[in-house]
Amino acid sequence: MSARDNSYSAVMARSNEIMKASVGMDYDDYISSPIAFDYERMMRDTGYSHEEIVKIQAETKVGNTPLFELKRLTDAVRKISEPGKGARILLKDEAANASGSFKARRAALSVFEAAKKGFKGVVAATSGNYGAAVASQANQRGLKCIVIQEVYDSRGVGQPEIIEKGRKCEAYGAEVIKLTVGPELFYIHLLTLEQTGFFNASLYTPFGIRGVETLGSEIVEQVRARYGQDPDAVIITQAGGGNLTGTARGILAAGATDTRIVACSVDLSGLHMASDTDFNKKSFTTGHTGFGVPFATWPDRADVPRNAARSLRYMDEYQLVTQGEVFYVTELLTKLEGIERGPAGNTSLTAAVAMARQMDRDQIVVVQETEYTGAGKHHNSQLSFARENGIKVYVGDPAENVPGKTIVLPERLDQVRGKAQDMESLRHSYLRNAAKRLPVEAWTDEDIAFLAADIKSTPDWVRANLPQEE
Amino acid sequence: MAKIEKGTWVEIERVVLQPAERAQNLPEDTKKTPYLMRLSGFLTADAEIGDEVTVKSLIGRKHQGMLKVVNPSYNHSFGPTMAELLDIGIDEEEA
Repeated sequence: MSARDNSYSAVMARSNEIMKASVGMDYDDYISSPIAFDYERMMRDTGYSHEEIVKIQAETKVGNTPLFELKRLTDAVRKISEPGKGARILLKDEAANASGSFKARRAALSVFEAAKKGFKGVVAATSGNYGAAVASQANQRGLKCIVIQEVYDSRGVGQPEIIEKGRKCEAYGAEVIKLTVGPELFYIHLLTLEQTGFFNASLYTPFGIRGVETLGSEIVEQVRARYGQDPDAVIITQAGGGNLTGTARGILAAGATDTRIVACSVDLSGLHMASDTDFNKKSFTTGHTGFGVPFATWPDRADVPRNAARSLRYMDEYQLVTQGEVFYVTELLTKLEGIERGPAGNTSLTAAVAMARQMDRDQIVVVQETEYTGAGKHHNSQLSFARENGIKVYVGDPAENVPGKTIVLPERLDQVRGKAQDMESLRHSYLRNAAKRLPVEAWTDEDIAFLAADIKSTPDWVRANLPQEE
Repeated sequence: MAKIEKGTWVEIERVVLQPAERAQNLPEDTKKTPYLMRLSGFLTADAEIGDEVTVKSLIGRKHQGMLKVVNPSYNHSFGPTMAELLDIGIDEEEA
């Protein structure tokens, strides 16, 4: 090993060159200003057709998952709905993928690309299901795998769900680097990439996102074949935005242009994501507003120079649900539908229950993922851990939920309401973040066109809503 | 102290960054704590708990740190039963 300066500041300063070498692509080819870049060309240049992605994923036990109609849950929703209301709820059982979540789709193409380019191994920085997905895919392609996780608070205590995710990575033979709370995970990530020369299987490369497109297109094909119509709404759990971006792109590619793309996150507002003491006060480690909102309103905070996951570009609505509502619906899925699935994957199911009630009976709402369940990754584990950590858990009105203080399990299904976020304020927030990158007076027509596309709006709207100097 | 033999599956801990070396803009509670790493691997030489050691990870990489745990295991569970969950979905038909 060369005698490079491996201090925090020195490694962070080498970020760009490390990224360039470890992703095998040069982002400068697409970037035309501090704001604008050619997103569609970057996605096209991955060089894979839809058919090729399907084939690559099928080779490693990914995709073609079942789409279930949740008949008893739909009936239960109809009983509490106004006459004529209560959309049919469908569930895409992504737990059926190798490693037990939709993240296998994201990992499959990245790991295939890494193997094709001759990398000896892959590195993923994630505390989510993605680590196990990359490890599982790496095994099948004969590559080594390192997973970097934020696991513990300073007392050495980790949430049962994260511990389980670490176990799963190690079970697949990955090297698991377990860290305490803090954004310096990125420093370890860079250092690891530099020391190993491995591929950066970032969640946010074009490969990661294009791999999810098959999920969107499968949903459209399955719904059309069985019901002779397009889904009216697809609900997608939102964290870093890749799930939504990839699924929406797949839905559009399949021609379902009228399907509403609905994001959903668990509301954890008020908890600081880099706080050592808040770390174990949240029962969801992902799919929550601590990632979902910042990534929606500024995607380029990821571990690559430009994020291929740009959720606001595709999002029509953004629903928030509480932790208690998700745990309740997880239990309901088990009891009414006879399948046990992990709580994090049921975030969008919770929003679906609330939304189906407002939609017409002949409409279809699709919950686009499930995840595996087991010790640690189970609502009983998470609720008992919450109670041990001083969170008040009780049955009552979920409106009383306070992130980090209470988890309120609804008494009845009609209390599962969710809450819509204001899309306009998300767009304003995005523009304010863009203004931090480049002052508004320097925005060119090209920048404004890019921003408009990136927030699913028009250049005229952007011009009429320029952020004010702070 | 008991000698732990070379080749044993162990967990090490290392201080990656001291509080003063950590990133800017951290919340106050996090800023006060060192940034720690833990990792499991096979011990490359005989050692005792608390020693500075080298381990070989599952993919063969070497890492240094303080020997903390012998035969690190996963003991996470479903936790004590939460009675609040048990009757959810049972009376849903009458709701």
